[in-house]
Amino acid sequence: MQRFTSFQSKIVPLSAENVDTDQIIPARFLKVTDKTGLGESLFCDWRYNADGSPKEDFVLNQPEMKGRQVLLAGDNFGCGSSREHAPWALTGYGFRAVVSTSFADIFRNNSLKNGLLPVVVDKDTHAQLFSIMEEDPHATVSVDLETQTLTLPDGRAVTFPIDAFSKACLLNGVDEIGYVQGMTDKIEAFEAAHQK
Amino acid sequence: MTNRPHTLFEKIWNAHVVAQAPDSPAVLYIDLHLVHEVTSPQAFEGLRRRGIKARRPDRTFATMDHGIPTYDRSLPIVDDMAAKQIAMLERNCEENGIALYGIKQNADKQGIVHVIGPELGLTQPGMTIVCGDSHTATHGAFGALGFGIGTSEVEMVLATQCLLQRKPKTMNVRIDGALRPGVTAKDIILGIIAKYGVGAGTGYVFEYTGDAIRRMTMEERMTICNMSIEGGSRAGMIAPDDTTFAWVAGREFAPKGSAWDEAVARWRNLPTDDGAEYDATITLDADALEPMITYGTNPGMGMHITDRVPDPAQVGDLSQRNALQKALSYMDLQPNQPLLGHKLDVVFIGSCTNSRISDLRQAAALLKGRKVKDGLRVMVVPGSAQVKKQAEREGLHEVFMAAGAEWREAGCSMCIAMNGDQLEPGQYAISTSNRNFEGRQGKGGRTFLASPLTAAASALTGVVTDVRTMM
Repeated sequence: MQRFTSFQSKIVPLSAENVDTDQIIPARFLKVTDKTGLGESLFCDWRYNADGSPKEDFVLNQPEMKGRQVLLAGDNFGCGSSREHAPWALTGYGFRAVVSTSFADIFRNNSLKNGLLPVVVDKDTHAQLFSIMEEDPHATVSVDLETQTLTLPDGRAVTFPIDAFSKACLLNGVDEIGYVQGMTDKIEAFEAAHQK
Repeated sequence: MTNRPHTLFEKIWNAHVVAQAPDSPAVLYIDLHLVHEVTSPQAFEGLRRRGIKARRPDRTFATMDHGIPTYDRSLPIVDDMAAKQIAMLERNCEENGIALYGIKQNADKQGIVHVIGPELGLTQPGMTIVCGDSHTATHGAFGALGFGIGTSEVEMVLATQCLLQRKPKTMNVRIDGALRPGVTAKDIILGIIAKYGVGAGTGYVFEYTGDAIRRMTMEERMTICNMSIEGGSRAGMIAPDDTTFAWVAGREFAPKGSAWDEAVARWRNLPTDDGAEYDATITLDADALEPMITYGTNPGMGMHITDRVPDPAQVGDLSQRNALQKALSYMDLQPNQPLLGHKLDVVFIGSCTNSRISDLRQAAALLKGRKVKDGLRVMVVPGSAQVKKQAEREGLHEVFMAAGAEWREAGCSMCIAMNGDQLEPGQYAISTSNRNFEGRQGKGGRTFLASPLTAAASALTGVVTDVRTMM
């Protein structure tokens, strides 16, 4: 995995709560056998009409949203199916962080393994970000994983939580599977002692 | 380990920690890894890139369920991408020495992964069980810790038989009281999710307790645990008891002879100790429950079948009001309208929630000697080839077909609508599955989630029907 570096970006606001992974990437796109190419289909049924033309009122189709790397999402983002195709589609599109008040557990795990940072903020900050977006749709935030801070357009820095292990893995581009493979002795000892 | 009382979850967790460094997730050993065709190709490709094979193929079992057709299996698969995924799983299992219950190999035991695990006796109390599928929570019905994982984690388990996991909190979901006629396990879990919401279990593992749970059959317990994820919890568990042991005994992969006696003795220590503490507790009164139905676009948008659709104007919280408005707009429903009598286009009886033999028996009992409503499409999709065979032994297939329903081969089918079994845009379905998300059963399709009894009753009338009026 690539190292996660700090970055600045404008925001794509998507206020809906409980956005499930079926909306992020509908099941008919799960027939792929690799991880690439799903960005085009991100939020497909909200983003495109039946004839494939873009739905003008969907946020990702507004021309100024192009290239933005932070998604500002509603509470309990990524609920439902465990499909890792959801973070593959989000990163394939170009997102590097999702900001919300909470994330579904499996989605959160899957995101961390794909260099997509789930940034949990409190309700007040969350509401403030949406009102900032209303006042200035081009407002920019900074995401710094090293200091675990999200810096708002007014300069206020908000700390976000992340466990030390996931943080180290993201910052150093650690291959978690390689890390566990390094514990083969312990796994073998456990297997020898563990009755089925 | 101290002598303080432990919960069922803690006992299983503690028994599977291989390593635990400070400030790091635990390295958790996985006893049973179930694999299906849709979330595994990239994981096997990862192994190939690393130049390794599955570490414990003897603890890994695969099936095909999500993308396979449910029509006659001797016909070719018309979807090239689905066919490719199926071929890849066959190749990956072959290369790694993994037992496959597919549409060619061991086809008599193929089925939905969460139906066949228990059916084959692979699922046993005290185990850690994972699968690249969120409904792996189903296996918790046996007093196992079962949870869904992503494809990167599938690769990790294939490579190491372990997962890196942060210890979740525990929530006691206590259900007391007796269900009234026409009310089922499905209504209990829909009732809990409607009451507490789809995010209530985030960060927690549910343990279902209470006398209503104790009285349940294993199949009812599986239905409850299956939908833990719809309440936000990755895993839902039920302490094993004699009902559990009787169900597991004699199955293909269950321990035999003295090993069985030793296993049962061990399993009897699993239930939560008196005085053990949960991080949170929620409750539901089974006595007060009616048949449930969802009206919206997440499983928490549910109500008693006799209730009326809620009015967004009465919802105080702005974002919840917006969510309800958006859901009603998608469902094309009006505030305060009843759902009873609402016209249906499709009835789907199936999925890992409700496709077991008891579900089919319940539906068949209502449909016997009757006809489904003209113009209504009714699909009955058994959860596994073995369920299908058992149903046919009992003549249930004849009941369904004589009533005018379609009798299909086993698979996920219209629950996830990847295989061509799907709603047309705008259609309404009553479905025994677990998700009513926008487009879940086909782009533009609209889903009412309910029990097999409610689905079967509605199949006869062509409209949303309270089964209690037919009993």
